[in-house]
Amino acid sequence: MSHRLRWRKFVSHFMLTMTGLCALVAVAVLFFILGYLVYHGGTSISWNFFTNLPAPVGETGGGMANAIVGSAKLLLLACLLGVPIGFFGAIYLAEFSSGTIAFVVRYAADLLNGVPSIVIGIFAYSLVVLPFKHFSTLAGGFALGLMMIPITLRSTEEFLRAVPRALREGAMALGASQWKTIASVVVPAAYRGILTAILLAFARVAGETAPLLFTAFGNRFWSPGWNQPTASLPVMIFTYAIAPYDDWHRQAWAAGLVLLGLILIINIIARVILSRGVAVPRT
Amino acid sequence: MAGSRSFLSKLGDGDEIARLVTFIFAGSVVLITLLLVFELWRESYLPRHKFGFGFFVTSVWDPIFDKFGALPFIYGTVVTAGVSLLIAVPLGIGAAIFLAELAPARVSDALQFFIDLLAAVPSVIYGLLGVFVVIPVMRQYIQPALKNSLGFLPFFQGPAYGVGFLTAGMVLAIMVIPYIISVSREVLISVPRDQREAALALGSTRWESTWKVVLPFARTGIMGSIFLALARALGETMAVTMVIGNTPTISASLFSPGYSIAAVIANEFTEATGDLYLQSLIELGLVLFLLTFLLNGMARLLIVITSQRGSGMGQA
Repeated sequence: MSHRLRWRKFVSHFMLTMTGLCALVAVAVLFFILGYLVYHGGTSISWNFFTNLPAPVGETGGGMANAIVGSAKLLLLACLLGVPIGFFGAIYLAEFSSGTIAFVVRYAADLLNGVPSIVIGIFAYSLVVLPFKHFSTLAGGFALGLMMIPITLRSTEEFLRAVPRALREGAMALGASQWKTIASVVVPAAYRGILTAILLAFARVAGETAPLLFTAFGNRFWSPGWNQPTASLPVMIFTYAIAPYDDWHRQAWAAGLVLLGLILIINIIARVILSRGVAVPRT
Repeated sequence: MAGSRSFLSKLGDGDEIARLVTFIFAGSVVLITLLLVFELWRESYLPRHKFGFGFFVTSVWDPIFDKFGALPFIYGTVVTAGVSLLIAVPLGIGAAIFLAELAPARVSDALQFFIDLLAAVPSVIYGLLGVFVVIPVMRQYIQPALKNSLGFLPFFQGPAYGVGFLTAGMVLAIMVIPYIISVSREVLISVPRDQREAALALGSTRWESTWKVVLPFARTGIMGSIFLALARALGETMAVTMVIGNTPTISASLFSPGYSIAAVIANEFTEATGDLYLQSLIELGLVLFLLTFLLNGMARLLIVITSQRGSGMGQA
């Protein structure tokens, strides 16, 4: 083996090992984040965290019950806005669309998907907060819903397109109209994918903080109805983390653990749904 | 298929209604997007009118005297995004090479699963770890070490606060690495197999075939993944706000606390009194929107070009 060949082989092995290290570092970051949150959050979490209101400033204890309910309400509103537009829009794109219109819709959705979340917040502010003249659950839910639309729309469309043409033609040959074909054959065949798309969109907006800062704002008490400022878990993590109180830091860790746990579990469920069995039911 | 039937019969069995209803939903996406651009434009009328282009090149941000210049925020945004790419690009592409070229398919898929989970971690969690882990580590170990070894460079001078451009850039790097890995891996996998085999048959080592044949082939798509990461880094709000120090400064030193466009919007929007102040913040949002719009557009174009080239040559 010549000197030069040995050198080339050494470089090859060395560089390939380095790429392995890069991959290792990336994955290690995930486990570090998880481990650190479980360690710090796990020691801070308690039953009170889920059932109590935040304690007055300066007192220790208290929980984030209002933020948990607030987040749930915000996400419910987000789904009410994002899922129908994403789902029916995707049906239009995959089943009815003609070239130009579909191109424009896809382009708009991709554009919306790329908009920084803080800018979505500004938009929701000028559209919902300004007319009502105060921060509200409604405005926060609107902002999150906007972010769900493009994610739901584009992935649902992909999954609808993956349904074999033969299934559609079979249904139509039996005399079903187009919408009946879609409702009873195409959508059921793609339901795993559609569910995954919705779950992933939900998980994505569940952790969004920036668009809530000046739409849902924050609240240290319960927020009755839909027209009041409301607390939410991500915003609570932010305000508690940058506050100077140790007890608040502890609660920020606990909230972080709850939020990250929820998001990762939804992500895993979504992927399990997708990987179980084939997307098209066997005949 | 249904073209031969009359309009009335199609209306009768509901097809036209279904088409119309779904069209309304799809069309609303376009409407919302147009409305977003329109609102940003309309709501930033005052500063556009009053400061013109000077908004981007002056650095006084003084709400009391109604003087607003965005230069320190633009500087902070560009510098943090630049630092993050310097760290994330080599790491991300390295990891993507490992996943696409070396790892067996099962291992690669398993690792990709973890990378996808990493991409799902919300930015406020990165901010939380940034505040309590990255900032102390930077202050006590990394910044003094950099100062001792590379302190003669203007980038690594001044007191080590922990917060600042470098810290924000590092946190951003960790956040964008998953995007670079996922897209680059897809692009690398789409490189036709015969390209690799030809290089190996000519006697190149595995690394040489990757470095001199596969990477150049996938270059455009990898550039796309970098643009995508850059767009994310520019628009990222929470993690940056929590670690950048929130002081409008323009300084060559990466240790210096700074401010970014997204961070100033997040911090000052609810406190902005007066129309000019609020609208200046909205104009910053407009700038951010246009930047990410351009970058995302270019990224998509580059990725599409590569994957089409890959599939086209694979069939030839």
